[in-house]
Amino acid sequence: MEDIAEKGLQVVVGLAVFAAIIGLIMLVVDRAPKSGREKVQIAGFLAPALVLLAFGLVYPALQTSYLSFTDRNGEFVGLDNFVWMFTQPEALVTLRNTVIWVVLVPLLASSIGLAYAVFIDRARGEKALKALVFMPMAISFVGAGVIWRFVYAYKGAEQDQIGLLNQILVWFGQEPKQFLLDAPENTLFLIAVMIWIQTGFAMVVLSAAIKGIPTEIVEAARLDGASAWQQFTNVTIPTIRGSLIVVVTTITIGTLKVFDIVRTMTAGQYETSVVANEMYTQAFRAGEPGRGAALALILFLMVLPVVVYNARLLRKQKEIR
Amino acid sequence: MATIRSRKFLLPAAALSVSLFALAGCGAGGSDSAGDSSDADCADYESYGTFDGAEVSVYASIVDLEAEYLENSWADFSECTGIEVAFEGSKEFETQVGVRAQGGTAPDLAIFPQPGLLAAQAGNLKPAPQAVSDLVDEGWSPDWKKYGTVDGTFYGAPMLANIKGYVWYVPATFEEKGWEVPTTWDEMTELTEKIASEEEEIKPWCAGFESGEATGWPGTDWVEDAVLREHGPEVYDQWVAHEIPFDDPRIVESFDRVGEILKNDDFVNGGFGDSRSILSTAFAEAGQPVLDGQCAMHHQASFQAANWPEGTNVAEDGDVWAFMTPPVDPAAGTAITGGGEMVGAYADRPEVVALQTYMATAEFANARVAQGGAISANKGLDPALAGSDLDRQSIELLQDPTTVFRFDASDLMPGAVGSNSFWSGIVNWINGSSTEEITQSVEDSWPSS
Repeated sequence: MEDIAEKGLQVVVGLAVFAAIIGLIMLVVDRAPKSGREKVQIAGFLAPALVLLAFGLVYPALQTSYLSFTDRNGEFVGLDNFVWMFTQPEALVTLRNTVIWVVLVPLLASSIGLAYAVFIDRARGEKALKALVFMPMAISFVGAGVIWRFVYAYKGAEQDQIGLLNQILVWFGQEPKQFLLDAPENTLFLIAVMIWIQTGFAMVVLSAAIKGIPTEIVEAARLDGASAWQQFTNVTIPTIRGSLIVVVTTITIGTLKVFDIVRTMTAGQYETSVVANEMYTQAFRAGEPGRGAALALILFLMVLPVVVYNARLLRKQKEIR
Repeated sequence: MATIRSRKFLLPAAALSVSLFALAGCGAGGSDSAGDSSDADCADYESYGTFDGAEVSVYASIVDLEAEYLENSWADFSECTGIEVAFEGSKEFETQVGVRAQGGTAPDLAIFPQPGLLAAQAGNLKPAPQAVSDLVDEGWSPDWKKYGTVDGTFYGAPMLANIKGYVWYVPATFEEKGWEVPTTWDEMTELTEKIASEEEEIKPWCAGFESGEATGWPGTDWVEDAVLREHGPEVYDQWVAHEIPFDDPRIVESFDRVGEILKNDDFVNGGFGDSRSILSTAFAEAGQPVLDGQCAMHHQASFQAANWPEGTNVAEDGDVWAFMTPPVDPAAGTAITGGGEMVGAYADRPEVVALQTYMATAEFANARVAQGGAISANKGLDPALAGSDLDRQSIELLQDPTTVFRFDASDLMPGAVGSNSFWSGIVNWINGSSTEEITQSVEDSWPSS
């Protein structure tokens, strides 16, 4: 009980301090000389957020960057960690896999999502059909990993299968297969899980965009005698281009950071590791924080252009409107 | 709209009921604490002094039932000295203990399951008090003291021990088929071949290395057992200290010795499939086919006793029993690998020292072992207190002065090897890579400094 009272007191004190600081800022901002008041106001209200950002984001980022140039004893080793990353066969496999992920997942998830959205547009039972594909979105990556590990589960040929896919193989008279053990196709089986999750997201956003296409354009195209395929390539795609790019870039960022699926399904074994997973493994399991930090830095550099592109595109679209 | 609203209501309700169930489960589990601490004889604890309102926090990787046993074993001490022990067990201990020490919220005492982890924390730990050091000199062999020593400074007394390298089997089946418990590695290989050629329904071995992100560790136990038995403690120590490379021909030889069994589809994997099914079989379930009669033997540490289904009688004439992995050369005597915990202190307040000292005594070892499910290498331990025949046999093995005991090698190696590349090396090895490739890649991953 004492603990709870103590913690409650801490919360109250914390809130009071917070209120006092905000009050102080407001007071100072309000008393500012009239000439530069707007600037003072902007500075005054931005400052707390900037300070928090500096401590919570900029400082750790700088520290991680520094860490990536040190070894496990904290001594400066220059570019050793990066050399390791681009020369060690295991680390190279990690980079290769990340590239495979980042090419396949956005491409396949978006195209399947788009195709599905177009096919079920105004179909009967559209809502139910959408819900069906969207449902995996509601499952956490870890949950999905666990589910799919069962789908891929292997038992010897003479045993009863518990994995769905191997049972199907057995029904067709095939030998059961170790889906997650055979490189390199096991990476593809992991990628399938990510696509299973992300397709719903792509489908929902693109479906909404398709519904937003003005009917006049569609009708005009139809009157001009455009075939379904011509309508799709010349009307639908250009009109929903913005949404399409948002979907692809969002999935790309998510894919670059993929961790949970690999961790729960293979833990990066059997040549399936990706950068985010290797980062964790090196930093926390192998006790090589420098290597982990170097991988984190590379991951950041890989995500950065996509984020910048995404932000610039959004701004451009705003300008057009 | 109506459906949406009802769904909105349903989800939290479902979540709430789930959490209520969870809470109920917790309550039921925690309610049966031992209430037999009232008849404590406080005379034994007078030397520690009495403290009023003092509290010592203890942090460990020990949870659930084992944590309860541990807390029971210092209940008397706590009552007589007035020292309140705040125990916290966490499965995240290995990573969290460092985080907490760095963040300024270190526990008073931490129970390290690996010497390497203690060594990594040595900068934050207080050297052990003289009394603890003396107790360890008296109660344990010098090897054990070494595990708590970093750069010549002694930090942590060993607490409990476990023994690896047991081979589990069903005595009734052995008797019925006329198989003898092997006394040398060669006899074990002969028995394996005999079973493989004569029996259709029974595979000689079953094995499972799957353990989430730690997949592969049961394989390191196999290799360590082989290295120690084949090449002796000197080579084993050199291997651990990296005085010989990981891909030394002798280590390769031991790998191949294990591979002869594990990488042969005819010898494994009863009830699960081919050799590679070892990787997708959870280590805790891998022993089950021994009981089902699908395989004859299963190599696993003494704690396998807890993995058998409830009601399994572990005894020499019971449902299942175990023999120690036999030596390669019987003249070299018994060599065993195992593990254990070290108690390190982050604080040196008098009450912390008192508890630390108590935990280094034979009295503590006896109190803990009497609860069951644990053994210790303390020489003052009474084997009669052991919870099972197997524990008794293990204690006798540990106390036998002719026994060569070596700590689990992967626990002693640097983290980058012992809990990373060695594990993944084993995984790739079972998955088809050659011994040379694997030992080479583990050697390459050994940290240079």
